[in-house]
Amino acid sequence: MMPSNTIPWPPLIYLFAGIFIPLAALKWRRLAGWLALVATAAAAFFSVVNLLRALDQGVISYRFGGWIPPIGIEYILDPLSGFVTTVINLIALGVLFHAHRSVEAEIRESRWPPYYALVMLFLTGANGIIMTGDFFNLYVFLEIGSLSLYGLIAVGEKKSPVAAFRYLVMGTVGGGFYLLGVGFLYLVTGSLNMGDVRNILFHLPVTPPLIVALTLMLIGLGIKMAVFPLHGWLPDAYTYAPSPTSAIMAPIGTKIGAYSIARIFFFIFGLKLITQVTPIAQVLAWLSAIGIIYGSILAMAQNEIKRMLAYSSVAQVGYIGLGLGLANSFGFIGALLHIMNHGLMKACLFLVAGNFRLRLGHSRIDRLDDSLRRSMPWSTAAFTLAALAMIGVPPTVGFFSKWYLALGAIEKKNWLFLMVILISSLLNAVYFFRVIERMYFRPVNSRQTSENLSETTSAEAREVGPWLLLPTLIFALALVVIGFLNVWIVKTILTKALPAVF
Amino acid sequence: MVNWTTYPSLVPLLAVLISLAAVPLIILSARRPNLREFWTIAAGVGKLALVLSLLPPLLEHRVAVLNLGEIVPGVQLAFKADALGVFFALIASFLWILTSFYSIGYVRGLKEHKQTRYFAYFAVCLSSTIGIAFSANLATFIIFYEILTIATYPLVIHKETEEAIKAGRKYLAYTLTAGVFLIAAATWTYLLVGKLDFIPGGLLKNTPFEPKTAVILFSLFLFGVGVKAAIMPLHSWLPTAMAAPTPVSALLHAVAVVKSGVFGVIRIGEFVFGPQLLRRYHLDYLLLTTAGVTIIIASFLALKEDNLKRRLAYSTVAHLSYIVMGVGLISSPALLGSLLHLAFHATMKITLFFCAGAIYVHLHKEKVSELDGIGQVMPWTMGAFTVGSIGLVGLPPVNGWLSKWCLGWGSVVAERPFFLVILVLSGLLNAAYFFPIVYRAFFRRNKNKKTGEASPFMVVPLVLTAGLSILFGLFPDIGFKLFKIATDVGILIFGRLQ
Repeated sequence: MMPSNTIPWPPLIYLFAGIFIPLAALKWRRLAGWLALVATAAAAFFSVVNLLRALDQGVISYRFGGWIPPIGIEYILDPLSGFVTTVINLIALGVLFHAHRSVEAEIRESRWPPYYALVMLFLTGANGIIMTGDFFNLYVFLEIGSLSLYGLIAVGEKKSPVAAFRYLVMGTVGGGFYLLGVGFLYLVTGSLNMGDVRNILFHLPVTPPLIVALTLMLIGLGIKMAVFPLHGWLPDAYTYAPSPTSAIMAPIGTKIGAYSIARIFFFIFGLKLITQVTPIAQVLAWLSAIGIIYGSILAMAQNEIKRMLAYSSVAQVGYIGLGLGLANSFGFIGALLHIMNHGLMKACLFLVAGNFRLRLGHSRIDRLDDSLRRSMPWSTAAFTLAALAMIGVPPTVGFFSKWYLALGAIEKKNWLFLMVILISSLLNAVYFFRVIERMYFRPVNSRQTSENLSETTSAEAREVGPWLLLPTLIFALALVVIGFLNVWIVKTILTKALPAVF
Repeated sequence: MVNWTTYPSLVPLLAVLISLAAVPLIILSARRPNLREFWTIAAGVGKLALVLSLLPPLLEHRVAVLNLGEIVPGVQLAFKADALGVFFALIASFLWILTSFYSIGYVRGLKEHKQTRYFAYFAVCLSSTIGIAFSANLATFIIFYEILTIATYPLVIHKETEEAIKAGRKYLAYTLTAGVFLIAAATWTYLLVGKLDFIPGGLLKNTPFEPKTAVILFSLFLFGVGVKAAIMPLHSWLPTAMAAPTPVSALLHAVAVVKSGVFGVIRIGEFVFGPQLLRRYHLDYLLLTTAGVTIIIASFLALKEDNLKRRLAYSTVAHLSYIVMGVGLISSPALLGSLLHLAFHATMKITLFFCAGAIYVHLHKEKVSELDGIGQVMPWTMGAFTVGSIGLVGLPPVNGWLSKWCLGWGSVVAERPFFLVILVLSGLLNAAYFFPIVYRAFFRRNKNKKTGEASPFMVVPLVLTAGLSILFGLFPDIGFKLFKIATDVGILIFGRLQ
């Protein structure tokens, strides 16, 4: 028998784990990773429980401290929030499983407990943002998540503090914009509770402060989501952060911004306000479309796998933005599906990049050669499969994202967006096959050898251990399995997660 | 009107999976080549047996279907072994067995590297080809079509030379782009009619269209399948892909991959749009123009090509467009001709590729200008080559005459005699680029010191395919009832055989 109120547990578990880990691990530093893993497993379990409840009962509101909204803070559990928390917590579980070893390799032992504590706080923020039904509370979680992320980035290699600082500046500006937007909204409606605001807005005329509020919130959340041209912080942050950080940030970080935009603009403000009164949906779609092409082209020019993946993220976040911006049910389903699909793909790719770093000491594309396919066959295979998913080859998940987004674009009769969606998969093919060709077909001896003797050549490298390999392969496998399950997911979860207007 | 009934059966799925199941076995027995090749052959024989088991019910107009549940909302992952599908599957699975024997001779004769990878991906390719053949709807078709694209890539770049890798890039650039167009077309179709099933006579038959929409949608489809069908100007990947080992060119670039493309053209033309729609919106002009132009230009390009395999590739480009033309002529004899050419061109062209490979392995010659007197060294090989050439020119008794005859009949029935002229002209051009090779081989002085034939693994298959070409030319219905099945497809679409 499940306790009846599991709704706030995922963020609470993370919060307490975040506080408890540094204390408990004072003496045994190895305990930190284990505790984080246990906490994540528990949170993932409860988010699944929550999702099942939401599917069964529809929208459930949880009132903190028993205070009645709009006075108290409210958590909203519906199929949408249940789905997204489940996805990010399960992905986090896989990544932390992998992080267990890669943290040991890349981060000094004394920093393990605070590192894991920050991971927990980041996940607290992520879960909180998704669950909350309160505009200001969302800001609080946004900052919790972002602040811990600054720390997580800054412990990386030499350039990482600069990257973290850049993110800190942009992230804070983003948070500030969002907060200003909330301020304007409060000015107009006199409420911070999302459901309350929706009801009030229903009766209010559209006034300039409201439009200002919408715009400010879009910019603020757009920075968090890394929508073009607000993505400036992302490439450096992904590249210079330690591998476990990039692996947890890439699949989860930007998705939260995307989720908030979906939640706030589609569920609270409503379709009329963002498509007819203001062109917010159109602007989002156009910016995303440009971002898709821009990110893909820049990804081709990169020489470092992590940086390439970072630009690819800019492009892939564009898929989500474009799907939302299409403002129809196919586009929305495509966007939600891509939140999950891209999370899985990017997690897999970043784990492989981490494996390479661990064994080769680098993840530079121009130094890869075909001995990798012998020395690290499983990692390269996982990379290839994830790359095919990114290109959108059926029956992997990427194909199905593309399918729904294409349906959405055609239904809107927007041929340009259709072309963008389709062309981008070709651009993905270009930059991924560049890496695949090197991993599989570039002879070893054609390489200029020994520029850096301390590095292991790929011929001497060996496959990573089971702790690192298992999560990588599970993600790779999931790319195919979830591809086949997409109908089930769409039918049982996502169609229930659509805003009522569709 | 014949009544077709369906019955549920696992056989189509098993026929797809059997070669996929062989892949792990092939990889696991990498160190024991004989065992490894045994798995390939066993999977091939099993596949053919499974496909053959669908034949007797099919001849009684019963079609095996299998539904595996939805793959995207509203569309099932479904197999349907209808007449057209079985027709294609029979050819592909039968020729795979011969190609496997030939491959053994080829890769061992050349001591090729990475033979395990070679055989493994070959098996994957065949799985997806059969999947394409048995797809019951566009979504299933696209899935296997894309898997085929990816699975062929490692075979194209097999040699891993700079040239091969470049060919691989070009191949992917063309085929992935095509896949994208196909997805656009399929999603659009889905929004128009809410389903994607292949329906004889046309899924879109009763859909009201603006003429412009019909043309754009059809063009998207044609682009999608036209790359693999090597319709000009989408053909240029095919000659480049000749960088692949010869058995790959033989089976994939004369049978499986390119025939999947024209199979797609037939599916789109007869099962998605349907003859009525093609005629109503003048889409047949699109097919006929591209096909006619391709036939003539590709033949001329073949004429001036000195590299034997590339000459064969251009010839393939031309002959694929025969099939496209047959769809465009919109008459049941022309469709019959298309289908027969799909099968018969396969037997003839695979013979020629086998010969080219045997010459390469045995004498290391790749150019037409080096083939002087080679018929005196390798009489069986060049004899088979002669048979294939005669067939492609369209002279009896080799099977090519029959498919051309039907195409010609179709063009008369369709009252487009112009295409009869194209057929004759192209026959002459075929003679012009094939017969000089035969002449060189048998009547020029032999300067080769080496004597004897290549390994029997190679010679036996090529003699068999040549013999088969003659046999089908004389008795088209023998063995696989190809003529009967093709006629059934024609009747299914047009109601009667004109």
